[in-house]
Amino acid sequence: MLNRRYFVTSGVLGLGVAAFPGVGWAAPGTNKKFVFIIQRGAADGLATLAPTGDPDFLRARGDLAADAAAGVKLDNMFTLHPAMAESAKLFAQKQASFSHAIASGYRERSHFDAQNILESGGDRPYARDDGWLGRLLSLLPRDDAKGLAVAPAVPLALRGPIAANSYAPSRMPDANSDIMARLTNLYAEDAQLSALWSGAQATEAMAGAAADQGVKGGKALGQMVAGLMNGPNGARVVMLEANGWDTHFQQKGRLNAALGQLDALIGSLRDTLGSEWNNTLIMVATEFGRTVAFNGTGGTDHGTASAAMLFGGSLANGGKIVADWPGLKASQLYEGRDLKPTTRFEQFASDALARHFGLDPIRTKRALFPDFT
Amino acid sequence: MTTNAAIARNRFGLGARPSASATDSPTDWLKSQIGKYDPALSNSASQPSRASIAASFRDYQLDPKDRQVAGKDAAAIMPGDNMSQIDPAKIEKVVNTLRVQYIAAVDTRIDAAISSDTDFAERLVHFWSNHFAVSIDKLPVLALAGDYEFTAIRPHIMGKFSDLLFAAVTHPAMLLYLDQAQSIGPNSPLAAQVAARRNRKLGLNENLAREILELHTLGARTVYDQNDVTEFARALTGFTVGGMSKGPVQRLMAQNGKDGDSQFFAAIHEPGDRLVIGRRYSQKSEAQARAILSDIATHPATAKHIATKIAQHFAADVPPSSLVARLEKSFLESGGDLPKLYRTLIESPEMWLAKQAKFKSPWDWVISSLRALNVRELPNNRQGANMLAQMGQPIWKPGSPAGFSDMTENWAGGAALMRRVEIASRIAERSANRVDARALAPRILSTQLGALTAESIARAESPSQGLALFLLSPEFLRR
Repeated sequence: MLNRRYFVTSGVLGLGVAAFPGVGWAAPGTNKKFVFIIQRGAADGLATLAPTGDPDFLRARGDLAADAAAGVKLDNMFTLHPAMAESAKLFAQKQASFSHAIASGYRERSHFDAQNILESGGDRPYARDDGWLGRLLSLLPRDDAKGLAVAPAVPLALRGPIAANSYAPSRMPDANSDIMARLTNLYAEDAQLSALWSGAQATEAMAGAAADQGVKGGKALGQMVAGLMNGPNGARVVMLEANGWDTHFQQKGRLNAALGQLDALIGSLRDTLGSEWNNTLIMVATEFGRTVAFNGTGGTDHGTASAAMLFGGSLANGGKIVADWPGLKASQLYEGRDLKPTTRFEQFASDALARHFGLDPIRTKRALFPDFT
Repeated sequence: MTTNAAIARNRFGLGARPSASATDSPTDWLKSQIGKYDPALSNSASQPSRASIAASFRDYQLDPKDRQVAGKDAAAIMPGDNMSQIDPAKIEKVVNTLRVQYIAAVDTRIDAAISSDTDFAERLVHFWSNHFAVSIDKLPVLALAGDYEFTAIRPHIMGKFSDLLFAAVTHPAMLLYLDQAQSIGPNSPLAAQVAARRNRKLGLNENLAREILELHTLGARTVYDQNDVTEFARALTGFTVGGMSKGPVQRLMAQNGKDGDSQFFAAIHEPGDRLVIGRRYSQKSEAQARAILSDIATHPATAKHIATKIAQHFAADVPPSSLVARLEKSFLESGGDLPKLYRTLIESPEMWLAKQAKFKSPWDWVISSLRALNVRELPNNRQGANMLAQMGQPIWKPGSPAGFSDMTENWAGGAALMRRVEIASRIAERSANRVDARALAPRILSTQLGALTAESIARAESPSQGLALFLLSPEFLRR
């Protein structure tokens, strides 16, 4: 049992063109929507989706592994963190699937380089100035290529040839409409500012009154974002940023809070999207995982592989965990300290997106992650 | 004002004020600030002492015996941001107390920025404070962030980089922010004692060691690897903060340090030689980390990293390689002499190109707006802190040890621009009855004022709208 390889092949991995006979390149207009939630700061996949079926997990993490047992047991191997009750329900309804021991091609331990690679989809830090979500927009029918970042400015992942908008709720009183029109004129000769300005005005108009109420917590955020996605002019490709994952110290309480917010956000998106939930795919991923062993201060340091998640009302392979489990014995760890990556994030993301949007998987991969072969 | 005078004030400095004299020699004006700069703040007397900050943090914590019931985490005996140590009934009160101290410090910073006549030096304070970033999303940093910038950064920006580095990374705010305060040598005397008595394993936290190498000095993907990070983390053990909690170790430490102050606590230092980037360090206790810091502070990789960041901040997101090379050479040859580095920057022709390549950060834009309007102080406190938070750059809260980005694409966003429109409208309303935007615009921007902006201001429906359009013009959004 100790050396057992935990391997599920029926997941989104391993699907090629053959699985998509007759899928054209430029898909016709669809109602499909995609939300990418980036966990900035390196979320601990071993605590989120705990390999409680691996006896070495208990050995490596002791008391903290025992805490994981309070979560929902998803199968013989994995237990979902107790703070993720909504996600566990979705898993039971086959509206969630998870991938473990997953990482991008990055193998060092800098947050900033790793986030750059996770967002750009490149193979070296700072080698590209556009991102895979931005490139995804180019694959969609022009009318569907509506990208939105819930942030003051568009993060790298969503940058590309088709400009995405950014939106952040404000507690300031609105400026009057006359100055808006004059700014359109003032920015007319400035390519950068005129593009930003027209996008900002359109998004502001859509957000309407909801915008001026403070947005606090995962539930309120989910309601606001769903509001920006619903309706014919709603955003189709959305990026959200979740913080609070860099748990070097006192991991237990902090991770509990961060996962609780994430879980509330996902539950709230499902509830507020209503019937559109069936057209929606949510992906959650982080730049790398954390050390298998706890450090000296009740936390974990920067590691390598972590877990990634998919949610959606009509998820293919819902209720499955895809993991080529590498094991947690000292000899099985990456550089003697981290969960070894056995699945590439690039493959996971491009397969999930090709399937969701009805695109050719090979060409999707080539477009989104051109450096990944 | 000439074009170069406008560049000196808007690109190097924090923004021209309407009173700026027209006869300056721009380079002399900038260089003179190196000598004239006063690290002391005129209104810092109101700043709370570290001891009182530590006290307000400590007083709301559970007693050790209650904590034994609340949780048995090994780290709880060390200072830190452990909310579980705090009496739940008192959390709101402690946060409020610390927040008041934070707001006071923010106002001090804004006052200094809008009133300074050595605003190139003030910009350098902000640059270095962000280079060695702490973030108030950790509770103990909330009240200490002001003290950090005022006592670790301000007094050291006109000296050697190595002194600035040492002051920054050993300040209590940094030790707490990057978890160094809790890092314990696994073979230190104290760890051995605890292991024997309570069967608990205490150990390293490599967070600060990694970020010093990656962010503060050498830069990512340069000359170090994971072993260097771990070895450096071992050498750094011992640097901690006293008086932040009520635990038994804290009581031991209190005997050799003041509350809320950094101290080197030998009992938690990992004994033995360290090997960092190919060099052996046999020093005992504190001298070991000092020697490592001193070596990496003048390493060629550090020279390149600092030169690049300075050039990105002052010249362009992708700065001319000739400028970076010149700064790098200056840093390397002078052993990290910062005034020499600043003089090299001032004398570099690449800095004086007419093209405005930098999009102002929210901080830059707010401060330059207030300076242009000759605002001397904000009408009420919290307002400055709130404005910056609304624009996505809450002061001392970058949320990551990398600090706020200096790149255009992080600030030039649709939502961010909409916030500037809202805020410009508010600021303009308050100044409209005493400032004429038509006269002000050329005085601030000199020859960089374009025809379209001048025309838009002239055609505004009201003095207030004219001012808002000036603050939102492409020429004023950039520097």
